[in-house]
Amino acid sequence: MNIHEFQAKEVLARFQVPVPKGIPVDTPAQARQAFLDLGGGLAVVKAQIHAGGRGKAGGVKLVRSADEAEQVARNLLGKALVTPQTGPEGRVVKKLYVTQGADIGREMYLAVAMDRAARAPVVIAAAEGGVEIEQLAHDRPDALLRVPVHPVKGILPFQVRRICFHLGLRGEQQKGGAVVVQGLLAAFAATDASLAEINPLITTKTGQVLALDAKMSFDDNALFRHKDIAAYRDLNEEDPKEIEAKKFDLNYIALHGNIGCMVNGAGLAMATMDVIQQKGGMPANFLDVGGGANKQQVTNAFKILLSDKNVKGILVNIFGGIMKCDTIAEGVIAAAREVRLSVPLVVRLEGTNVELGRKLLQESKLDLQTAVSLDEAAEKIVKAAGAHR
Amino acid sequence: MSVLVHADTKIIVQGITGEAGAFHTKNSLGYGTRMVAGVTPGKGGQQTEMGVPVFDTVADARRATGATASVVYVPAAFAADAICEAVDAELDLVVAITEGIPVADMAFVRNYMQGSRTRLIGPNCPGIITPATNDKGCKIGIMPAYIHRPGKIGVVSRSGTLTYEAVWQVTSVGLGQSTCIGIGGDPIKGLDFVDCLRLFQDDPDTAGIIMIGEIGGSAEEEASEFIKQSVRKPVVGFIAGATAPPGKRMGHAGAIISGGKGTAKDKKAAMQKAGVHVCDTPSVLGATMKQVLGKK
Repeated sequence: MNIHEFQAKEVLARFQVPVPKGIPVDTPAQARQAFLDLGGGLAVVKAQIHAGGRGKAGGVKLVRSADEAEQVARNLLGKALVTPQTGPEGRVVKKLYVTQGADIGREMYLAVAMDRAARAPVVIAAAEGGVEIEQLAHDRPDALLRVPVHPVKGILPFQVRRICFHLGLRGEQQKGGAVVVQGLLAAFAATDASLAEINPLITTKTGQVLALDAKMSFDDNALFRHKDIAAYRDLNEEDPKEIEAKKFDLNYIALHGNIGCMVNGAGLAMATMDVIQQKGGMPANFLDVGGGANKQQVTNAFKILLSDKNVKGILVNIFGGIMKCDTIAEGVIAAAREVRLSVPLVVRLEGTNVELGRKLLQESKLDLQTAVSLDEAAEKIVKAAGAHR
Repeated sequence: MSVLVHADTKIIVQGITGEAGAFHTKNSLGYGTRMVAGVTPGKGGQQTEMGVPVFDTVADARRATGATASVVYVPAAFAADAICEAVDAELDLVVAITEGIPVADMAFVRNYMQGSRTRLIGPNCPGIITPATNDKGCKIGIMPAYIHRPGKIGVVSRSGTLTYEAVWQVTSVGLGQSTCIGIGGDPIKGLDFVDCLRLFQDDPDTAGIIMIGEIGGSAEEEASEFIKQSVRKPVVGFIAGATAPPGKRMGHAGAIISGGKGTAKDKKAAMQKAGVHVCDTPSVLGATMKQVLGKK
């Protein structure tokens, strides 16, 4: 799960990481008031969406007066911000964060992420910040310091020192840097984060070390033990179809194609998407109905697939293991009738009682095609969806 | 005849009184698997419907039965602790079926396992099976038993249903399996491809290996390196997720492409370079294996 910048800064501040003062707002009037409450002078109005690249897209503005803060807020709120991470449709701005302006001395990069190879959190640090970190890693890998952290003991003092020296922080600034590094790691561990990133981390002209921007995402599997973090979830940032799917324990991700897929198992679902594309189609989604693909699950899944207006055909690919193919066939037939399926349907069943399952489908008088192999199924649905309008 | 487990392996079921534990234990027993004990803290001294004795701790269960392996059906919030308990009881093998264990918990488990004798399969996996001969097989996990038949193909996979797909094809083309290992889709887990490939290479009764990977991480690249160096048996492979959009989480927490690494294209290229017969679709895994073995 991702959260907004202002929320990430709330979390980090709880762990002693210094952040500029800021106030989240929903209206231009609130933005004006926030500017005044922050003491006037210089402030920054920042669009709060779950995507990077906001600055270049015009979502971060310096303001020098209450009028200007209000005007900028009026321009940003309700507008779709398009960044490289949002896709072409962009993301509508519903919230802004008004923060105190900072007197930037130098920009740096600091992050911690769970690393599968190290089987532990790894700190990544660079003495230059505000940059596209993937670009930096590609162009000059030596600029990045990677420090694996002990998964039980946490970060050790010598590692904190090494990170600070790599960031170019010495003397008083090293002390400030150590507070940030330790705070970032404490926040990461205490919240089951998968990523905590400060970009840029800055030194101010007065020598303070400050997190100017922050981003955090969390391990969904651990949210059950972090009610405070789970409460940060912003449904505005999620696809309504994905929210609906979650309610029914369906693992659904919206994509941009026109062929809806319903599959059991994540690996088989990915393989199904791959084969659809090989056959010249484009999957509209990833959908894993899970091991127990019963009638209710299949009905809910059909409804979600059909709520996507781009869907011109549906491919059901189920490997009946514990759940027998005849049971699945009954579920598909009942569900297709209940939702009055209006687009072509291809069903591919394999596994336990497959003959019985196929027979049920054929005798159902439903307008559907069956297939034996995944390749055949994908070919059929791509063709049918192409003809359907 | 097999790797890691065989028909005589004695197994403890951790979480045997839960719904999943009870259901799959029944299926395993029906396959001739020696599920000799269950563990549910606080229910020691009872017996399950199927007559399996229940113990309070893994150590007790091991002492009483001489079991050398366990399977974990414990809910995600408590599963890491259950794995550690099995490691502490010095079992040879722990198979963790549980889905949704926090990554940090698995980082802790792997750290706890250092220097132990225990091998871990999973979590978030279908388990491991050595198909039955004469009605005695070893099925530890949730895979449907009937799709398997004994034979000489080793299967190792990160995905559940995609494994069944491959197994079913291998069976359908008239070959069978020595052992099938589902290593699971989580980013931090137990045995990886390299460990399983080594086992299959060293098993005299495995003639060919099917390896099913997916996007994310670098396990397939490492496996390719190992295959080039050390595997002398034919390997047929598939990678799922060629069309997955970067940064999206496709069901398996491990299946995320980040920073341009872990793409299906890179993995396929690495495997091909190592001499793996890489299939573009999972529909031809069985046929390809048959063809490759026929040429030998």
